[in-house]
Amino acid sequence: MIDGFLALYIFMLAAFTGKEIIGRVPVILHTPLMSGSNFVHGIVLVGAMIALAHAESPLAIAIGFVGVVLGAGNAAGGYVVTERMLEMFKSSKDGKK
Amino acid sequence: MDTQTLLVYFAKASYLLAAALFILGIKRMSSPVTARAGIKWAGIGMVIATLATFAITGAHNVGWIVAGIAIGVIPTWLWGRKVAMTDMPQMVALFNGMGGGSAAAIGAGELLKFSQPGAPVPPIATLALAVVGALIGSISMTGSIIAWAKLDGRMDKVFRFGGQQAVNFIVFAASVLAGLALVAWKLDANLVIVFFALALAFGVLMTLPIGGADMPVVISLYNAFTGLAVAFEGYAMGIEALIVAGMVVGAAGTFLTQLMAKAMNRPISNVLFSNFGGGGSGEAIAGSQKAIEASDAASLLYMAEKVIIVPGYGMAVAQAQHKIWELSQALIKAGKDVRFAIHPVAGRMPGHMNVLLAEAGVPYDLIADMDDINPEFKTCDVAIVIGANDVVNPAAKTDKSSPIYGMPILDVVDSKQTIVIKRGKGTGFAGIENALFYADNTRMLYADGKEAANQLIAELKAVEGGGGH
Repeated sequence: MIDGFLALYIFMLAAFTGKEIIGRVPVILHTPLMSGSNFVHGIVLVGAMIALAHAESPLAIAIGFVGVVLGAGNAAGGYVVTERMLEMFKSSKDGKK
Repeated sequence: MDTQTLLVYFAKASYLLAAALFILGIKRMSSPVTARAGIKWAGIGMVIATLATFAITGAHNVGWIVAGIAIGVIPTWLWGRKVAMTDMPQMVALFNGMGGGSAAAIGAGELLKFSQPGAPVPPIATLALAVVGALIGSISMTGSIIAWAKLDGRMDKVFRFGGQQAVNFIVFAASVLAGLALVAWKLDANLVIVFFALALAFGVLMTLPIGGADMPVVISLYNAFTGLAVAFEGYAMGIEALIVAGMVVGAAGTFLTQLMAKAMNRPISNVLFSNFGGGGSGEAIAGSQKAIEASDAASLLYMAEKVIIVPGYGMAVAQAQHKIWELSQALIKAGKDVRFAIHPVAGRMPGHMNVLLAEAGVPYDLIADMDDINPEFKTCDVAIVIGANDVVNPAAKTDKSSPIYGMPILDVVDSKQTIVIKRGKGTGFAGIENALFYADNTRMLYADGKEAANQLIAELKAVEGGGGH
């Protein structure tokens, strides 16, 4: 388990990081960036997998299973949609198709 | 060191690597040059983290885990592959809701585990963050599903009843009280169920009265919510990667939400509580809409020197971006000064129009943001509005009774002539009439966006060939 104040520092530094790394994003990338950050919180899948691995009762297994399905859907869907949006930026840079 | 300890170290090291890849990936996604590499980096991080997790899950329930991943990944992957570009915003909302639901499920599992008779009492911080994460995750899940249903046209745009805000507040206060009771009073399985029912209901209630014009802000807000929920559940479970990735997304999402709300000149509290954007009234408009044929519109364009094109959601629906760019190229070839004016919240998400125009191959330097282009309308000969409505409605500046009063708009009304390409006489997503469409120097070209662009291209050729009418 993570020590209380150390955890607070991690929360704080991660929050500043999040604000800093998108601070200079052009409007043109707002949609793909929102979609990309939507993909990144798909990491929740890892938490759901561990929760399911420790589940014993049928109810706990059912809840963990739902968590894994939803988390995996967030990650997979988020990735595909973001990649498709960003593909279009390539087609415009490489001249016309 | 025994094997189990080694495996845990291996997994923790993989999470560290994944967290670094997420941060670098998002960083790269904030520049057009490196954006495509950025999502790949983040994707590699996700695969590493997921695979490494199998090192610590062991054999218990591993069949369920693999089945769950397969059921979660395969349909969303296929769906995401084939969904039309115009439907992307609601897909983001839906996938975001899934993430929120996953975080809520983790919270539910933890709380039920804690509430079993004889279970060890968890540290207060663990319990509190598990409750807060579950609350936020639940709201994000049902709220995102409502946002998805609205954007997908599956339910009415707004749903209101008397005393709605009071009801919403009571449900929210009750869910917070139930959460507090879980932390400070008694960990009871029935109370856990009541807590989740209230939180899920509040997500629905909170989103129902919000109109379509505000959906971009709301989706972005729920995206930030899910990030925070993931971070808090990550703390409750002691997984650092969830804390870092969730918090980065939570902060980035909050910042992005602020940018959007600022673009609409409305504080976020206003978006959530002021019942904006649905069937509002506003002043009645005198006069009538004046139609124009494509041939006459082409003549106007032929005589113009400076043309500004204002795309909106209607262009996305009609898939007209390629034809519009073809028309623009024809105009540029004829020596016209052509530019695209993008309102920050045109479409259903910020930057939505930029994505579509990039898809069609429009170079960046022809695309201008609102602040840069607005002074240019005064010297513009013809402005072409295609599928945009609320973002060019002058009522936002002139009519205090209008629900969109105060929202910054594109000053198309300043243009010498305006051609509005529109399928019919209906109102925009905010459901209000647009005085621009009734102005003396505005002509309405009633057609599907793609069809209209096609006609204009053909007529423009005819005008050029015949030396003008």
